Amino acid sequence: MPAPRDAATEASAALAEVVASERLRIVATLIRHTGDWDLAEDSFHDAVTRALTTWPERGIPDNPGAWLTTVARNAATDAIRRVTTERRATERHARELEPPEEEAPTMQIDDDRLRLIFTCCHPALAMESRVALTLRTVLGLTVAETAGVFLVSEQTMQKRLVRARAKIRAAGIPYRVPPLRLLPERTAGVLAVLYLLFSEGYSSGSGDDIVRPALADEAIRLTRLVAQLMPQQPEVLALLALQLFQHSRTPARLDAEGELVLLAEQDRTLWDAAAIAEAVRVLAEAETALREVGAAPGPYLLQAQIAAEHATAPTAEATRFDRIASLYARLSKISPSPVIDLNRAIAVALSDGPDAGIALLDTLDLDAPLAEYHLLHATRADLWRRRGEDAEALPHYRRALALAPTAAERRFLQRRIDEIEERAARA
Amino acid sequence: MEYLLLIINDPEAPTYIPEEDNIEEWSADIERRGIARTGNRLRPPSDATTVTVRDGATILTDGPFAETKEWVAGFDLIDVENLDEALEIAAAHPMARFGRVEVRPIWPFEG
Repeated sequence: MPAPRDAATEASAALAEVVASERLRIVATLIRHTGDWDLAEDSFHDAVTRALTTWPERGIPDNPGAWLTTVARNAATDAIRRVTTERRATERHARELEPPEEEAPTMQIDDDRLRLIFTCCHPALAMESRVALTLRTVLGLTVAETAGVFLVSEQTMQKRLVRARAKIRAAGIPYRVPPLRLLPERTAGVLAVLYLLFSEGYSSGSGDDIVRPALADEAIRLTRLVAQLMPQQPEVLALLALQLFQHSRTPARLDAEGELVLLAEQDRTLWDAAAIAEAVRVLAEAETALREVGAAPGPYLLQAQIAAEHATAPTAEATRFDRIASLYARLSKISPSPVIDLNRAIAVALSDGPDAGIALLDTLDLDAPLAEYHLLHATRADLWRRRGEDAEALPHYRRALALAPTAAERRFLQRRIDEIEERAARA
Repeated sequence: MEYLLLIINDPEAPTYIPEEDNIEEWSADIERRGIARTGNRLRPPSDATTVTVRDGATILTDGPFAETKEWVAGFDLIDVENLDEALEIAAAHPMARFGRVEVRPIWPFEG
């Protein structure tokens, strides 16, 4: 017989493991059965609390996931019964007695986790609500953690989540994987949320922390799950590859002092080789899947191909910038964006020289939408600096500095300005 | 679930092209599918009268309650499975292209 303390330790380890692997499935199933998001979360929490006291005493059940599911479902049923005996039959009650009719599964996709993901990412919800719901309900972050991602108070986040769930119920947003005719568009919507989550972790838009690797990890975990639940979808695979390529550079992106290191100056031996190898494999799968359906490459595939060029180049100088420039040109055609045009101009400058980059920048209608975008000014500054024209570069650096949103970027730009001023003082 | 489609006139929307107006086809489709409850056009806001009662006195105002460039030009009440279906029907309405359609779920009194 193990000592009681060991039993408790063992039980909580087993519980942590099953919560990590089964939480999403159980909560998603409870939402389908009860139609009540808060009740589903609360019942799951009840089941976990009960496991903490029961398991050390009676031992870990043979199937911990099934145990949690049953206990959580009973807790939900009890709660519904309490409500219905107090008040008249509610919609919740009706749903419990008659589970919603199952729609014919579209493709082989019929999974409660996917239902939950598609519902959280429904386009009738505001983008920030979609991201918040996904963090809270799909990834299981606490309200405080979710609030932290958005840099808002816990109270504000709680209100936002309550409103989003209320709209799902009141507006009749269906809890389902969309039918085939809506699937491509809705899948694109889910991927947009996943990409936003990842970007927020990879390069947070504001604040002092330029990278939040834990959030990027979570986004990758979720994209991996979607790729597994919706196999052979080129854009899903491409997004996973893109995230893996970008994430592989995390160890090299900040120096010992926490300062930003540019891609060209990063120590490539620090890049995560296993992540790159996996990304290359996943990208190849995406390309094969695309050939099989005979479709044109989507935006994530092109971005993953660009990321692959960077990640697999032996040195910064050996990067095939001509190919990157042409991939950006194709990307710009299918999803026009001034940021893509800007990146294309950078690739052209690196492939054909700064003059070609400056010339392209001048032909693009970048200034109106991008006037307040620090990277436009930083790029102009950098191209002049590469031509050795410090005087031309300096005002663009100053403008970029004034607009840069993160402290790390501001420090980087200030260093460039200091270097130019030192050179001017010596000359 | 019932939804009210508010058909919105928007002066900044693309110019109305009579040949592309498929309203009859649209109405016939929702009738055939048995989801149409009721619907009609509305006279413009210049024909509206707003009624307000304060301290027992009835105040009548010529025109709509709020002066906006966009105004409700018609409505359709439909009964469908869920929001996705309502949104698809709204998107097929010609005024989604020449104006806007606001989809509002009906909030029934529980009884």
